[in-house]
Amino acid sequence: MSAAPVIELRDVVTRFGRNLVHDGVDLAVAAGEVVALVGGSGSGKTTLLRHIIGLTRPSAGTVRLFGEPLLDGPAERVRALQRRFGVLFQQGALFSAFSVAENIAFPLRESRVANEAEIRDLVALKLAMVELEPAHALLKPAELSGGMVKRVALARALALEPELLLLDEPTAGLDPDRSAAFVALIRSLQRRLGLTVVLVTHDVDTLAALATRVAVLGERRILSYATLDDTLKVDHPFIRRFFHGEHGRRALARAQGGD
Amino acid sequence: MAQPDFGYRSETGVARVRGDWTLRALAPTVGTLRRQLAGVPQDADWRLDELERLDSFGATLLWRAWGRRWPARLQLGDEQRRLLEDIAAASAQPVPVPPRFTAVDALVLLGTAVLAFRAHLADFIRLLGQLLLDLLRLLRQPREWPLLEISANLHKVGVKAMPVTALVGFLIGVVLSYLSALQLRAFGADIFIVNILGLGIIRELGPVLVSVLVAGRSGSAMTAQLGVMRVTEEVDALSAMGISRTIRLVLPKVIALTLAMPLLVLWTSGVALFGGMVSAWVQLDLSFGFFIDTLPRVVPIANLYIGLAKGAVFGLLIALVACHFGLRVAPNTESLSSNTTASVVSAITLVILVDAVFAIATRSIGVPG
Repeated sequence: MSAAPVIELRDVVTRFGRNLVHDGVDLAVAAGEVVALVGGSGSGKTTLLRHIIGLTRPSAGTVRLFGEPLLDGPAERVRALQRRFGVLFQQGALFSAFSVAENIAFPLRESRVANEAEIRDLVALKLAMVELEPAHALLKPAELSGGMVKRVALARALALEPELLLLDEPTAGLDPDRSAAFVALIRSLQRRLGLTVVLVTHDVDTLAALATRVAVLGERRILSYATLDDTLKVDHPFIRRFFHGEHGRRALARAQGGD
Repeated sequence: MAQPDFGYRSETGVARVRGDWTLRALAPTVGTLRRQLAGVPQDADWRLDELERLDSFGATLLWRAWGRRWPARLQLGDEQRRLLEDIAAASAQPVPVPPRFTAVDALVLLGTAVLAFRAHLADFIRLLGQLLLDLLRLLRQPREWPLLEISANLHKVGVKAMPVTALVGFLIGVVLSYLSALQLRAFGADIFIVNILGLGIIRELGPVLVSVLVAGRSGSAMTAQLGVMRVTEEVDALSAMGISRTIRLVLPKVIALTLAMPLLVLWTSGVALFGGMVSAWVQLDLSFGFFIDTLPRVVPIANLYIGLAKGAVFGLLIALVACHFGLRVAPNTESLSSNTTASVVSAITLVILVDAVFAIATRSIGVPG
């Protein structure tokens, strides 16, 4: 495969009215990396993720996925590009009119490659992958617990065999126990499927358990983009508060003790 | 990305799978490959060791080609074997198929619908009772009247509805007058246009027209608003603060619409009569002065009172129905859409039913001759 980075942001500028959110964000994510995007609230983490998904368009700058520009070009090519990544939205964003099985099957049906019998097998496989029972397949999203919603959403994000997985606050709203289990699941899937993962989080536990690199967003740009150990050495008020606050220190100690 | 490739030689019995067997790579040629795979006999010697990439879709394709069991002769890498083992395990535990729809289900569906109707009725009566209790409480404690909410709702359902009701009223007036004029002129009974328009619009068309518009415009908005507040737990938050949701959310809407509707009826009937007047002037050369002079003589004032009373009752019903359905919304999008639809449809149906009751009850009032 080509050595082009899976995600490449160059000089991204985002402006909402008079509010300048990003001013020259550069980021390159290599294949197989797990990059955690952290930053204070309002620093534009989720907005940056939405640029990468192609839901919003930066005011200036380029977004390239798999070496191809995401924002311009024929709609057909952009759609093909969008099918190469899966997204796990913060609230799961399951289609509430569909059952669990139909939610997972939906992207497969839409891509019109697999036939019905194959889709049934694939749905069973994806359910097993995210450690859900086949009996859960007929439930509606409204009948699921928060942790299960995330798992089904992950299975749906994996339905089209993506190379890149984008996670928006994967553990928000889960209790610590469930959250740890979900992080372990993401990690094992990432290793098995060789995924590149970008996650937005403000949970130090999740970050310490998953990320190979950490991108810190602040002052409208990337403050630091390095491994967790190197990030900890950066002297910046936000990084100090985020990682060396009481909660951060405890979480890091836990993660290091666990390894 | 390598092309997926498959070849079977019947002389040696070797089936070779090469290249990238991934969803993306397979997509263009999946139909052909599926056919080729199906043509391979059961006892083939499968060689998967030259596979470059295999994902779960490619693995599913192969697993199904093997008749969902391991072939006797098979060469493949460890990674692929693990993936295929997962597929094998998953297909041993298939996803349950939703049961088919049978006659029993139809009967159950009917029974559920009847019970649901009963539940609706009980809920509706409960809401009505709660509102009456709230009113009693407000009469004893006048400081608790949600005046701000009532006035905000009056503005929203009354003032803001004026342009659209006027437009529709004017056009209906013009059309009604134009069509009636064509017939009346044939009999030389031109002057009766005043009777027809006056009686028809003031007594019947005005209130019903406004009700249909308001049910679609404000009724749906009320249901959706309450529904979204249910979804986002705002209604629960209100209850948790010890604030009555009926007093704060339902009562202002009901009072506002009950007050606003007669006014809207007056406004719309007026504009519709004006439209009819314009049309009569163009078509039949009836002057505005004559029309306005004749109207009170041929249409007894009781008709106006009936029209206004209908307006108030219809407004009350639309608001009650809208709030009833809004409070029943369950936290998902499907429920929101079905309840909003049900709210508008029920409100319009109820209005027309009650209009028929009105027509019978007032049959001897305000009809000349």
